[in-house]
Amino acid sequence: MKKATITTLVGATLTLFAGSAIAECNISSGSVRILGNDFDSIRTVTDQASTCASSGTTVRVNLTTEHKNIQVPALTISPAEYTVALIANNSISPLLSADLVRPLNDLVEKHGQDLLPNQLIRTGDDIVAIAFMGNAQHLFMRGDILDDLGVAPPATYEEIIDVAEMIRSEGIMEYPLAATYEAGWYLAAEFVNMHLGMGGQFFEAGSAQPALNNEAGVRTLEMMKTLTDYMSPEYLTVTADEMKQMYLAGEVAIMNQWGSMVAGHLGEDSGNQQISEATILAPAPTAHGNSTPAAALWWDGFSIAKNISDEDAEASFQAMMYGIRPDMAQQNPNAATWLIKDFDAPDTAQGVLQTARLGARGYPMSPFMGYMHAALGTELSDFMQGRESAEQALMDVEASYLASVREAGLAD
Amino acid sequence: MTHKTFFAFIFPSLLAMILFIALPIGSIVVQSLHVEHPRVLVEVENCGPFGCERETRVDTAATQALQEAQPMGQFNGLGTYFDRRHLATEEVSRIFSDNEGVADIARQMYNLPFYKALSFTLVYTFIVTPLGMALGFSIALAVNSIPKILKGPIIFFSLLPMIVTPLVGSLILFWMINTQGVIGSNLQLLFDDPDLSLRASPLLTWVTLIVYGVWSMAPFSFVVFYAGLQTVPSDTLESAKIDGASRWERIRYVVIPHLIPLATFVALVQLMDNFRVFEPIVGFSAEANATSLSWNIFNDLRGQVDQQYSSAAATSVLTVFGVVVLLMPVLIRLWRDFNRKA
Repeated sequence: MKKATITTLVGATLTLFAGSAIAECNISSGSVRILGNDFDSIRTVTDQASTCASSGTTVRVNLTTEHKNIQVPALTISPAEYTVALIANNSISPLLSADLVRPLNDLVEKHGQDLLPNQLIRTGDDIVAIAFMGNAQHLFMRGDILDDLGVAPPATYEEIIDVAEMIRSEGIMEYPLAATYEAGWYLAAEFVNMHLGMGGQFFEAGSAQPALNNEAGVRTLEMMKTLTDYMSPEYLTVTADEMKQMYLAGEVAIMNQWGSMVAGHLGEDSGNQQISEATILAPAPTAHGNSTPAAALWWDGFSIAKNISDEDAEASFQAMMYGIRPDMAQQNPNAATWLIKDFDAPDTAQGVLQTARLGARGYPMSPFMGYMHAALGTELSDFMQGRESAEQALMDVEASYLASVREAGLAD
Repeated sequence: MTHKTFFAFIFPSLLAMILFIALPIGSIVVQSLHVEHPRVLVEVENCGPFGCERETRVDTAATQALQEAQPMGQFNGLGTYFDRRHLATEEVSRIFSDNEGVADIARQMYNLPFYKALSFTLVYTFIVTPLGMALGFSIALAVNSIPKILKGPIIFFSLLPMIVTPLVGSLILFWMINTQGVIGSNLQLLFDDPDLSLRASPLLTWVTLIVYGVWSMAPFSFVVFYAGLQTVPSDTLESAKIDGASRWERIRYVVIPHLIPLATFVALVQLMDNFRVFEPIVGFSAEANATSLSWNIFNDLRGQVDQQYSSAAATSVLTVFGVVVLLMPVLIRLWRDFNRKA
């Protein structure tokens, strides 16, 4: 009995290998070792890349939400522990600053026929990464509630406040708004969104000096604070996942949620079909009469490690190119907002795409931005709770940020 | 025991202590005195799916040359200790020279990350330690006086808070105190206040964390005190009974004096444990209202995309210093007891 099971297992494994050899990756040999963040759309890509494993090629994948913390040490050693790092506009900066990324110009020329020009992430003349999907926070609204009130979906934060006031005064909900304001990374990301929408800058041009404590910065904070009047009092503990639960529990009418989470809200397993069907997706709102949506655009992509052999680099690039081939995007249209050629974006991807089309700015790909984000995350919560003025909060952010960049040797 | 035998006995643990305690502490002290090299910055055009922007980047080749010349980084002396994220000497002296009274000093100090973390850490330590010990002691007394058949299950349930990993325990409680959770919604009903949320106000967050701390710390005291209770001499207790001492008097004048040395030991362990409070803050998403020294270290290392080693090292050294100061009274007491016995 036992023997039979083992034989079946071996048989099954062999079939798997045989099946994977059919994958048209055209890799002769090499080792592919992928490190990346762990969420569904990333898994779709790495599952495809994994099928490139053959007799001469090994593919190993490690997807973990802790990837940011291990990527620099893992790519510093030679040969690097991973050949491919899946990154986004924020997490690529530490790799670039430590010179751990291989310029991809020659590999793109050789194997990048399917790439669109805007998938190429360049710094200077070097192609340092290939982007394959976009992401941004944008509006999710309860169409049924808006219909009941007889109002058009709001497109600016000022309109959102008006609608929220109407919802409250009609007695439909006490706290109709929600945002991912959990103190720390999320709160900082929301500040970045709003600040970009207010036309703000983070740094003085060409230097590490912060440029927050000004009119745009104060306006940003004041708008964020005004919005919290219409949010559940626990707003400083709300993450994207928490907000999803609140929305699907029918407690929220309008929220600024991540585009990558559309499937979880509108899919069949959302847990509340009535709300899923009533949901309207719209681009991120604008603020203060500006035309730029108040949302940072994010891309997810991959870089190839510098400290690996040319053979492994080529195999890794080819495996990833197979993972993000146009076919893959067409077969999984709802998995992400793909930036891949011939992708016919479904309705669920329109929130992100329209936000981009309206001219939203990218999350800054600067070596200082990680420190800025960290300082924003820890220093804004006092203001959000009304314990200090906007100016004081911005001064605190700048002081905390400067102490960090000084330690990192990025400023005097 | 001859010195040679003593040394042979102690050598393995001495070696382990040097390797795993002294050397790491030495290394963080060295780390905290250094910062990274000034990096050479250049301006480049960064392009991506959403257009191009002129941004600064690190000139890696030039920076690498600097790094190879001085691999330890740049010596910074105590600079990191005195910066805004730690002792903030500059800011503190400004606060003291320019303020509107004591309340304003407290408010401004609380705005500095180190002092904010320190204040919660100290309040937590000094409330949770005595309350946790008192609760543990009363559970031990209760368990000691119940029929034998019930003891097993009750001991097991009393130990549960210690068995549950702090992070998991605090997450479970966090969900329960959520306004939709069983505790949160019942509290709203009880106080007839639909806006009541244990997660919203700083005071209630502190109270929640402290209650959680007492809950999770009590079992340790309970176990130790329960073991101690088995050693209370029964003849003394019986003679006290014959002399007409009430249950309370027997506890006050026989049991407690007998357990005092044990209590010193428990206090020592609990003070150290509570001073490094960390998991509940993460579990309760309480960063906005309560941070601790350990949380500051975590935030420097794991907060974002960049790791700030020197800052984390400086906070670690300050934490070690804090533990030493905190334990001083207990250590002095132990030393006195030891001398008295010798």
